[in-house]
Amino acid sequence: MRRGKRNLEDLDEEIRNHIETATQENIDRGMSPEEARHAAMRKFGNVMLAKEDTRAVWTLIWLEELVQDVSFGLRTLGKSPGFTAVAILTLAIGIGGNAAVFSVMNGVLLKPLNYPHAEELVSLHQIAPGAEGLASFENGLLLSPSMYFTYAEQNRTFQSVGVWDTGTANVTGLAEPEQVRTVEVSNGVLEALAVPPEVGRWLTQSDQIPHGHETVMLSHGYWQRRFGGDRAVIGRNIVIDSRPREIVGVMPQGFRFVDADFDVVAPFAFDRGALILAGFGYHGIARLKPGVTIPEADADMTRMLPIWMDSWTNGPKSNPHIYETWKITPMIRPLKQEVIGSVSELLRVVMGTIGVVLLIACANVTNLLLVRVESRQQELAVRAALGAGWGRIVRGLLVESVMLGLMGGALGAGLAYAGLHFLLSLGSANLPRLNEISLDARTLGFTLLLSVFSGLVFGLIPALKYAGPRTSLALRSAGRTISVSRERHRARNMLVIGQVAMAFVLLVSAGLMMRTFEALRTVEPGFTDARHLQLMRISIPDSLVAEPERVTRIQKQILDALSAIPGVQSAGFVSEMPMEGFDSGWDAIYAQDKAYPFDAIPPLRRFKYVSPGFYQTAGTRIIAGRELTWAEIYGLRPVVMVSENLARELWGTPAAAIGKRITEFPSMPWHEVIGVIEDVREVGVQEQAPEIVYWPPIMGNLFGPGPVQAVRTMTFAIRSERAGTEGFLNEVRTAVWSVNPNLPLASVRTMTDVYRKSVARTSFTLVMLGLAGSMALALGIIGIYGVISYTVSQRQREIGIRLALGAQSGDVVSMVLGQGAKLALLGVCIGVFSAFGLARLMTSLLFGVTAHDPLTFAAVAALLISVALVACYLPARRAMKVDPTVALRYE
Amino acid sequence: MSTKEQRERIELLQGTLDLLILRTLLLGPVHGHAIAKAIEFRSDDVLQVEQGSLYPALHRLIKRGWISAEEGTSENNRRAKFYRLTPKGRKRLVLETSKWAKLSGAIARILRPTEEGES
Repeated sequence: MRRGKRNLEDLDEEIRNHIETATQENIDRGMSPEEARHAAMRKFGNVMLAKEDTRAVWTLIWLEELVQDVSFGLRTLGKSPGFTAVAILTLAIGIGGNAAVFSVMNGVLLKPLNYPHAEELVSLHQIAPGAEGLASFENGLLLSPSMYFTYAEQNRTFQSVGVWDTGTANVTGLAEPEQVRTVEVSNGVLEALAVPPEVGRWLTQSDQIPHGHETVMLSHGYWQRRFGGDRAVIGRNIVIDSRPREIVGVMPQGFRFVDADFDVVAPFAFDRGALILAGFGYHGIARLKPGVTIPEADADMTRMLPIWMDSWTNGPKSNPHIYETWKITPMIRPLKQEVIGSVSELLRVVMGTIGVVLLIACANVTNLLLVRVESRQQELAVRAALGAGWGRIVRGLLVESVMLGLMGGALGAGLAYAGLHFLLSLGSANLPRLNEISLDARTLGFTLLLSVFSGLVFGLIPALKYAGPRTSLALRSAGRTISVSRERHRARNMLVIGQVAMAFVLLVSAGLMMRTFEALRTVEPGFTDARHLQLMRISIPDSLVAEPERVTRIQKQILDALSAIPGVQSAGFVSEMPMEGFDSGWDAIYAQDKAYPFDAIPPLRRFKYVSPGFYQTAGTRIIAGRELTWAEIYGLRPVVMVSENLARELWGTPAAAIGKRITEFPSMPWHEVIGVIEDVREVGVQEQAPEIVYWPPIMGNLFGPGPVQAVRTMTFAIRSERAGTEGFLNEVRTAVWSVNPNLPLASVRTMTDVYRKSVARTSFTLVMLGLAGSMALALGIIGIYGVISYTVSQRQREIGIRLALGAQSGDVVSMVLGQGAKLALLGVCIGVFSAFGLARLMTSLLFGVTAHDPLTFAAVAALLISVALVACYLPARRAMKVDPTVALRYE
Repeated sequence: MSTKEQRERIELLQGTLDLLILRTLLLGPVHGHAIAKAIEFRSDDVLQVEQGSLYPALHRLIKRGWISAEEGTSENNRRAKFYRLTPKGRKRLVLETSKWAKLSGAIARILRPTEEGES
């Protein structure tokens, strides 16, 4: 660029000189100065055109040379197909891996969400650091319906705001009874997301009237599947949970509620007059007014919280401002962050890892190029002597390596395309926005950039090192096998040391993940033999069976029918299995023998509802006391069971808990603790076991003060050797439908599936880092082998002399091995330091092992050094077999 | 300059300028204006160098490596670029000169009166 400008100024000056000289000659011939200048100008012609033509010559020549360089490069590459193939393949693996991971990053992290002006969308996340006991508040305190009304009516910062939740419902009357995925929305949710319906209309305010005309919208997929995409479906009825609802619209293909796929959308139709403060079970979503920032919206919500507490109560005699002790704090997050969740960290680690693999691949290719360029020194020297400029030779070499990079990149893009499917199948349980991941223009652009960049990186070192002005020396020494100078080896040795160091870091991270996985496997999750535990969810809507007692009896009949299936050892049900990911209920728990201040809420506990036989079926141990009986359930006896950690927290020992009494709120009768249950890793294997209260499945005051109610959706667990087999599942279905033919079976899977899904993130990371680590190991070993065997071939004469002078072959082997070991050791040392710093970045992915686990570090170091020695042993053996006479005769 | 004088002059054939520049430089390094003058003078003012095309031609020859440029001072004490024939350019000149001789000889034979051509 600068050179071009200087050339232009030179040209200007030259032309000016030319015209002035001509003018002077004209004056000498007797013209007047004016006339002389005009004549000179006329003779020269169009100055601008001359300049342009000259510049065009520069560009043309530049292009011509580039074409020459490219075709020359292609010919030289074609002449050594082995080198070319190895280099391209190495690069393709490096670049392809990066392209595949980048396309995932791009789809998940970088692309905006699929909504108009998605940057305005936020999730109304809030935390309650003052609330004790429920660790799940780390994931935020959801909104209650009364909060929603306050926010919707009083806010100054939202264009629209609403709450939503996912669930399931039974659809009957179309084919077999089917459980569908539902999303329930308040007013404002569809308006905030702002995606117009494909057919019909949105749910609006008129659909939110409680006990009014019931309406529903369908997803594109469900509309296609059940109604064949018939547009006349608008206005027709569909029977959901045994109640007819009118279909008013269909949402377009690809539309999702934040991260939820769904079949039908139904309105909440909250009864505003009957709401209380509590009921924190709804996801808040809003669209900010243009120009409003998140801190402004946070401040707006903080302002509205006191209004909320003034506007509603939890019933007579309760203190509405008791929630002040919870220190509810709005922490509004961009909706995108909500969708991506914690996976961004994981993806960054994987991207970094695969980037290092590319660096190692580049180092390998650089090594190959160095060797190659060395053997081409003579050719380069001749070219330089024939008048090719130094810059021209460097450019030729760079063009060659960039071409290698591009070819590697092209093959890499192909590999990425194949690899992406593999990656997605690995990450399917764990990656959000899976359907938005593809090899798009941005990914291809990234691949192109990466190819050119890596071509420049590995091309520059050999180009600068050998195209330098030392050509006379090269001409002199070429063709003679004098021993190679130490200086020439330095670049290659450094590269190998760097490779070993990078491989060390990657292997340590893979090793740490392996240790994490190992640690996870030794955790006792609170259930046993997951493979033989069949699960399914059955929901009995009140429109199908109104009376709560009958619901419980039907659930008991289902258990009996299931137990009668051949091969079933036992069966039971629970409101949700550990790690299933359904939201469970929670509330404060008061112990009768403890005193609580009036203006504080006691610690919150997780609630579950169980049947007799469930613990035995799941393999959850009863630590003290006993489980409840059917007689107690039907008799609505006030009995309860608690988890071991809760018993210890309240009363010191599990045994001491038996006979104590607890309650949820003042108007609920005291419930006697009859059993203490083993701690269960409810949220995930990595997470602490929460404190849990196990209630009977039917009780008065089930969801706050009120009449007797039954829990209508339960996960049924069946212990059988036949779990998961097709024949068994058929018998299970027949058994359930023999009790009631209108009950669909949902989430049919074994506990192993649930467990795998809960550790999917760890296993995905393990596989990715394991792959990257093995690639790094393989590339690093090839690098060290290449360098050692090249030096051995260069030192043949020296080795021959040594042997002739009486050196033992053992000495030669140990000399070569020593050289390799030195390189590997140096690499490992640097690797230890780098890994020490870098491994800390993955702390959040680890479990049961520190980022500086000495065992992992030691094992990886031992592995790398021993593999490096093996790689050196082959060339060492060749060196040993050098025949002194042959080696000396070379000269 | 009169119009009569201009009519006697002939425009250079495409591509011959390069050859003439190389030939001119055989006598020693010269700057741009002097090259143009030398060509006109040595052709008895018959050949007219269109000076606008002189500089593109010079740069083309530099890029090809046939001539090189160096800083110097012109006869009227100005900083000027002097162009010099490289060894590569010298070889090129020999080659091009023999090519030109063949070409012009061939054209001359074709243009000669027919009876002489048949003999």
